[in-house]
Amino acid sequence: MAIAHAVRQSELRPPLRNRLQALHGRDATQAYLMIAPAVLLLVVLVAYPFMLSLWLSMTNKSVGNPAEFVGLRNFTTQLDSQIFRQAFRNTIWYTAVTTVVKLVLGFALALLLNREFRGRKFVRAAMLLPWIVPSVLSTMAWLWLLESNLSSVNWALKHAHIIRKSIPFLTDPGWAMASVMTVNVWRGTPFLGITILAALQTIPRELYEAAELDGAGWLARLRRITIPLVTPVVSIVMIVSIIGTFSDIQIVYALTGGGPLNSTQVLATLSLAAGLKSGLLGQGAAISLFMFPVMLVLVLLQVRITRRRMLQ
Amino acid sequence: MNGRSNTMTRRGRGSSKVMTPRTIGLRSLRLVGLYVPIAFVLLLALFPFYWMLVTSFKANNELSNLDINPFYPHSPTLMHYMRLLTQTKYLLWFKNTVIVAVVSTALSMVISILAGYALARLRFRGNSFVSGSIFIVYLVPTTLLFIPMAQVVQRLGLLNNPVALIVVYPTFLVPFCTWLLIGYFQTIPRELDECAMVDGATRFQALWRIVLPTAIPGVITAGIFAFTLSWNEFIYALVLVSSDNSRTLVVGVITQLVRGDLLPWGMLMAGSLLGSIPVAILYSFFVEQYVAGLTAGAVKG
Repeated sequence: MAIAHAVRQSELRPPLRNRLQALHGRDATQAYLMIAPAVLLLVVLVAYPFMLSLWLSMTNKSVGNPAEFVGLRNFTTQLDSQIFRQAFRNTIWYTAVTTVVKLVLGFALALLLNREFRGRKFVRAAMLLPWIVPSVLSTMAWLWLLESNLSSVNWALKHAHIIRKSIPFLTDPGWAMASVMTVNVWRGTPFLGITILAALQTIPRELYEAAELDGAGWLARLRRITIPLVTPVVSIVMIVSIIGTFSDIQIVYALTGGGPLNSTQVLATLSLAAGLKSGLLGQGAAISLFMFPVMLVLVLLQVRITRRRMLQ
Repeated sequence: MNGRSNTMTRRGRGSSKVMTPRTIGLRSLRLVGLYVPIAFVLLLALFPFYWMLVTSFKANNELSNLDINPFYPHSPTLMHYMRLLTQTKYLLWFKNTVIVAVVSTALSMVISILAGYALARLRFRGNSFVSGSIFIVYLVPTTLLFIPMAQVVQRLGLLNNPVALIVVYPTFLVPFCTWLLIGYFQTIPRELDECAMVDGATRFQALWRIVLPTAIPGVITAGIFAFTLSWNEFIYALVLVSSDNSRTLVVGVITQLVRGDLLPWGMLMAGSLLGSIPVAILYSFFVEQYVAGLTAGAVKG
């Protein structure tokens, strides 16, 4: 009786493989249900605003006024504008300098933290704090350190007899750019340091031991083992960092507001000024869109690198 | 000689090596080459936070006095904290920020878990297109879209309402969290949910009961990142919400406390410090997850 029951059961039950296939057959419907909220969000609040920004950039839309199509006039107006051209140059310069400095310092930081020492975990954790906290708030501390009349950095430099006259950290165009860059480097270096450190820790120790047996010195090991092996990871985090700096608004807005005399004006602060303060939404959208080609190149580069890594 | 090396050994915390001038030399080399740079880097990284703390305790006459050493408070006072909490809307901004960060994080997590699971596990047409788009959106900065976003929010009738931020923040949280979670879900063996489903569970049940509990570290990483990103968000909060009562903390501080020629430095530093502490505390509990999240995109590919 029991045996008969079991046999009947196994006849009824399709083979396991078929059941799994049947299960997977329902996958598509369930998958669409599961991705629906994310797709809806991306269509309504990312793709649509992006299209809207393309449209706005080709109109003379300003706050309270209806939009009229003006073709590419906003873009040509901007290209002719001194301030825009300066903001564009500043953005490139700001990104290029801080990127190189952050890469070098981040690499040095990673090599330092990759060594064995007491309290390494604590040091690593503390090091990342500048990157964790709200950028605008930490920039407030820098503003107070560098502020024109009461700068404590100037106080310290004077008392150490390094300078006689106060340095105009935020009021001189050159110094203002240097200050903005410094804060960016202060905030961004930990990110690169920690991610490069993670890459360093994936390198098998045996490689170094073998190289050492073969008589390779410190520099040779760095050039032949460390750098080639961390390069893929470094290029990915570098792109993330470049995108972040190129589109950064917080540090500049909080420290100098783009001044003095637009010397630290970047595309993000300029589009905010046009869009929010002057209410010229068409112009503001056009300025933001000038960032887009650069972003596109970086993003496509990132997609290519990531895909290549995934195939490996 | 023998006795001397013994005492040296005992002093050297149980190390079996005998101290010779050479090892002492190596030690001081290590001190100069390792601990000095580490101390220097730590000082650089943490000094601005120390500066906030010190300034927030200084009396007003001390703040503008250039004749005394500014790097420690001479007569500490809690005045700035009292004024910040009673005479400004700081507490209200704090509350707004907590609500916005918690709700937008929760919302984004639900959306991302569902999408991440489907994209990591299920075969369907358009999978690679959707995951590709999510990766691309994850890289798109918010400064590119704030002007049209203000228009959209206005049409939704949410301008000046903190709900706008709850609706908008998932646009950058979901791509990030989904991308992170796809990676985590892929590390969990497929057989696990297949077994559950052969036993009669549905996909949703398999995800909820089997996969999700296994992916807890990934879910925590995504969650704390989402919370931190919302807490720190600036441009949307600045543009979409402009009434004093509905501002978030970061924007409240920079628009309401940074005013006029002489800034209220004591209060500003107190506000910046208090606004940084919640994410710093969260971070201190989950350092490993933060580091994993930072490197997930990079190292795991």
